Amino acid sequence: MNLRGIFAIYHFEMSRMFRTVSQSIASPVLSTALYFIVFGSAIGSKIGNIDGVNYTSFLVPGLIMLTILNQSVSNASFGIYFPKFSGTIYEILSAPISPIEITCGYVLAAASKSVLVGLIILITSAFFIEITILHPFWMLLFLILMSITFSLFGFIIGIWANDFQKIQLIPSFILTPLTFLGGSFYSISMLPDFWQKLSYVNPIVYLISSFRWSFYGNSDVNVVVSISATFFFLVLCMVFVSWIFKTGYKIKT
Amino acid sequence: MIAIDIKNLNKSYENGLKALKNINLSVRSGEIFALLGPNGAGKSTLINIICGISKKTSGKVTIFGKDNILDYKFTRSKIGLVPQEIATDSFEKVINTLKFSRGLFNKVPSDEYLSFILKSLNLVTKKNNQIRTLSGGMKRRVMIAKALSHEPKILFLDEPTAGVDVNLRKTLWNFLNKLKKNGVTIFLTTHYIEEAENIADRIGIINNGEILITENKKKLIEKLGEKKIIITINSSHNKLSYITKKYQLKKNKNKLSYIYNSKKNIDLSASLLSDLVKSSVKIDDIEIEKSNLEEIFLNMVEK
Repeated sequence: MNLRGIFAIYHFEMSRMFRTVSQSIASPVLSTALYFIVFGSAIGSKIGNIDGVNYTSFLVPGLIMLTILNQSVSNASFGIYFPKFSGTIYEILSAPISPIEITCGYVLAAASKSVLVGLIILITSAFFIEITILHPFWMLLFLILMSITFSLFGFIIGIWANDFQKIQLIPSFILTPLTFLGGSFYSISMLPDFWQKLSYVNPIVYLISSFRWSFYGNSDVNVVVSISATFFFLVLCMVFVSWIFKTGYKIKT
Repeated sequence: MIAIDIKNLNKSYENGLKALKNINLSVRSGEIFALLGPNGAGKSTLINIICGISKKTSGKVTIFGKDNILDYKFTRSKIGLVPQEIATDSFEKVINTLKFSRGLFNKVPSDEYLSFILKSLNLVTKKNNQIRTLSGGMKRRVMIAKALSHEPKILFLDEPTAGVDVNLRKTLWNFLNKLKKNGVTIFLTTHYIEEAENIADRIGIINNGEILITENKKKLIEKLGEKKIIITINSSHNKLSYITKKYQLKKNKNKLSYIYNSKKNIDLSASLLSDLVKSSVKIDDIEIEKSNLEEIFLNMVEK
């Protein structure tokens, strides 16, 4: 196994993040802080408790999830798209490194960044809001698992995209709406019956629900179903990535 | 020992374009092989297939006896590639990009070796500069340094001196000769015939996806090159038209040109001179011109 190759890609991607710290870390943290101020303090004070949890505290898991899903997808998609755009992909393709090893390098780097950003948001919010984490192990596991899953998803988008516009296409028009409608800011049980049923078609509902469960023990969906859904999406992405490398789709002419 | 062996290699694109047609080619270990061809001849496609960047349609490529697809980890570890286009991570420092390349090829970190490469390519003072701050020529050197960072046994250079000034080009030629002395096999494509003429041991000419010839450089020039004898005469003579016809000379004012190709004709230059002297034609000057690789190349690809 080419571990040095994996580390080289990982190190290169992490260096890029530290070179652009304001964009990689400060920007998502600031955006999330603004959500806390607007939805939490200004509007949240009028809403009261949801499932026995203060609304501002209720927001924390959803906002962390919202951020890490977007960060994972954008980090991984940009990570692999940019070498394609600049032409430096030639070096990766001509190196003695397997498709799995390439994927590991890029996806682990993107996931690491997301976990880091997620933890920074969590720590920052703890200064302003009372946060309880009933299942810290599961919280961390979900954070890592979802970062990896969505980094894989972003990696696929980065390979598929042949211009910068396409990189933003799926995150803007599919992922962000699904995340907003997936219970980031509310409990699914607050919706009318029809919209509740429709929400269960949204895969993000399961992810946010299980993550919130790790904090407060409340869940819109059965936790086992949520974990299964996460693993299913992870496996689906892995299968798709291996197909991409097997066929050289959008990489090799 | 054969470093690169290509058998019946074909490459067709989905739009029906046949980029490579039944390529058969061997490159010996430690030699400098130059592949010449016009734009779109298939030079880069061939390199890209050998290095694993493009897919072949059929055929076989082996590197030191191992298949470049089945044993890709072995074959790629032996290869360094300098592509035609300058493609670098603009915001990365020179030294970091070399470390990245070495790691990618699964080599143990070695500051000592990377320093040697930087020194060899006159990049020591630029090692902590971001690549974007370098000139075009410097960036080209960084590309070469990256390709050498993992100590490859075969170096592919796809038009390495395109857009590079004369001094740097000559520095690079010297450097390639040093690499050759260290046992590195060099496969280069170039538009500069002078480059191939100066540094290559063997030359291949490719056109429309077909290898037209591969030959030792000296033999190629000998075999396909033409010798031109230009005789300046002082006066006209009634026998001159007979001699011109007999030896198929070209006449331009007082200059007679006799073109001789060792592959096609028997050298009649001695007989021609003898006939001229016998006919009392006064000869002022005799010049001999040998055709160079550029003329051979143009003759072949323009057929």
